[in-house]
Amino acid sequence: MILRRSLAVLLLAGFGAAILPFQARLAAEAKAANFRSTVLNLDLRERIGQMGFLAALSGFRSPLAAFLWIEAHSAWENTEWGRMAGLFDTVTTLQPRSLLYWDMASWHMAWNASVAAMQDEKQPSEALRIRAQRQYFELGRDLLERGIRNNPDRYQLYLQLGVLLRDKIEDPCAAADAFLRASEFPDAPPYAKRFAGYMLAKCAGREREAYDLLRALYLAGEQNRLPTLTHLVGELEKSLDIPATERVESVQHLDSRPTDSP
Amino acid sequence: MKSLQGTWAIGWNTFTELVRMKVFYFLLIFALLIIGNSAFVAKFSFQEQFQMLKDISLGAMSVFTSMLAILATANFLPKDMEDRTIYTILAKPVPRISYLLGKLTGILLLLALSIGLMTAMFLSVLWFGEQGVLAETRAQLAGAPAEELALAIREVTEGTFNANLAPGIAIIFIKAALLASLTLFLSTFASSGLFAILMSVAIYFIGHLQSTAREFWMAGIDVAWWSRVMAAIVALIFPDLQAFNFVDDVIAGVQVPLSLFLQTAALGGLYVGVYFLLAALVFAGREL
Repeated sequence: MILRRSLAVLLLAGFGAAILPFQARLAAEAKAANFRSTVLNLDLRERIGQMGFLAALSGFRSPLAAFLWIEAHSAWENTEWGRMAGLFDTVTTLQPRSLLYWDMASWHMAWNASVAAMQDEKQPSEALRIRAQRQYFELGRDLLERGIRNNPDRYQLYLQLGVLLRDKIEDPCAAADAFLRASEFPDAPPYAKRFAGYMLAKCAGREREAYDLLRALYLAGEQNRLPTLTHLVGELEKSLDIPATERVESVQHLDSRPTDSP
Repeated sequence: MKSLQGTWAIGWNTFTELVRMKVFYFLLIFALLIIGNSAFVAKFSFQEQFQMLKDISLGAMSVFTSMLAILATANFLPKDMEDRTIYTILAKPVPRISYLLGKLTGILLLLALSIGLMTAMFLSVLWFGEQGVLAETRAQLAGAPAEELALAIREVTEGTFNANLAPGIAIIFIKAALLASLTLFLSTFASSGLFAILMSVAIYFIGHLQSTAREFWMAGIDVAWWSRVMAAIVALIFPDLQAFNFVDDVIAGVQVPLSLFLQTAALGGLYVGVYFLLAALVFAGREL
């Protein structure tokens, strides 16, 4: 019996040795497919505690992330912004491939926490309130940029980064780049390219690029001839002094500038 | 042929025995968990609701099937010996390997049925959730342009069902089958069911670190010799359970490449086969 047990252990080790190259290849393939990208390190261990870390190590990362997300939601209801930021950090570390967590965490920081900071009655100094607001914008941006680093193969976070740069940080050049990057993905919505064009038009020094993009969109079909796009094409034709023969036909209808939906 | 019939008879008997042990009560807990979760997260956006439903349901499926595989398998041999049923079976012209294969077949049937039922419950709750959100979206965007409505609907449908849920669930089953086969192997030389359970649970945790130990060992980092020996032992003896952790990434919407799925399934099948053969080897020499 002991002989058989020893033989079984030896055979097991032999089998383990034989499949090592296969396991290594499989792990490399999984990494290439962006699988198992979570880094379970001591920093995470500090944040989620011993039991949480054990759960994460045992393959229960996603339920743990869900529970912590619910906790973050409670923190939001109690307007505990600092605790929320910490929990978001942990959730996104546990589930770095979940776009929703990056997107929502960034939105909470840049839209909700920043507004709360600006309306903070305990802070009499407006300068400090503005500084706190900017810090929350940057936190939101940082979350999205880290999310993009973890999900370079999907367009959604580029799009959200573009929105944040456009609406909160008010950096049209960076917003244009983010929208352009999003629009390069085959499954990106058509408005990504339009938004890139709108932002390029506001970015000093890149008007020609904006014109080329918007013109191409205009000529691509009726569905792109939205009021904002048509207006911008006309404006850019004027400012860039485009010869009349090269101008798109709609240039004469550019008097009003109504808004359009995405 | 006769041997196969005998194996199937033992397998079916094992399955019915497990069913009579009312192991399916755990499905009630699963149902409460996912339905309760849906009610609890109703205040969240639909994306968050679906994400959490998937997180909790697939996580619970993975935990429950792993637990079921270990607990159901660990007790078989010690219990059959205690009840003396094993002697009645092996006194007949039933090879020991057929007896073991029958036991494993019965447990795999139970695991397959459990996963099937849990999947059906999970998909039903997800489908009802999706239908509710779709109806709400259509009502809200009744007058909106067709492109906007189509985008909103696409957002909802992409957030609920995706094709990669299927390979994710299949891998949960394969991981559970691996654990059942491993526990069967351990129970061939275990003196009690408790020993087999404790060993299997320990291997479950260590198995999730096998890939880390393997990478550490193969990278040839200059550390203390005993550290490398320990890493080598873990890498060689324990199964790589992290390789079967598709669920976390599947929930996040990551597409499962077909070749990765097939290779992982093949690895799982290989582990099941090897643990079973080792169990047969040890069991053949066991004094009953």
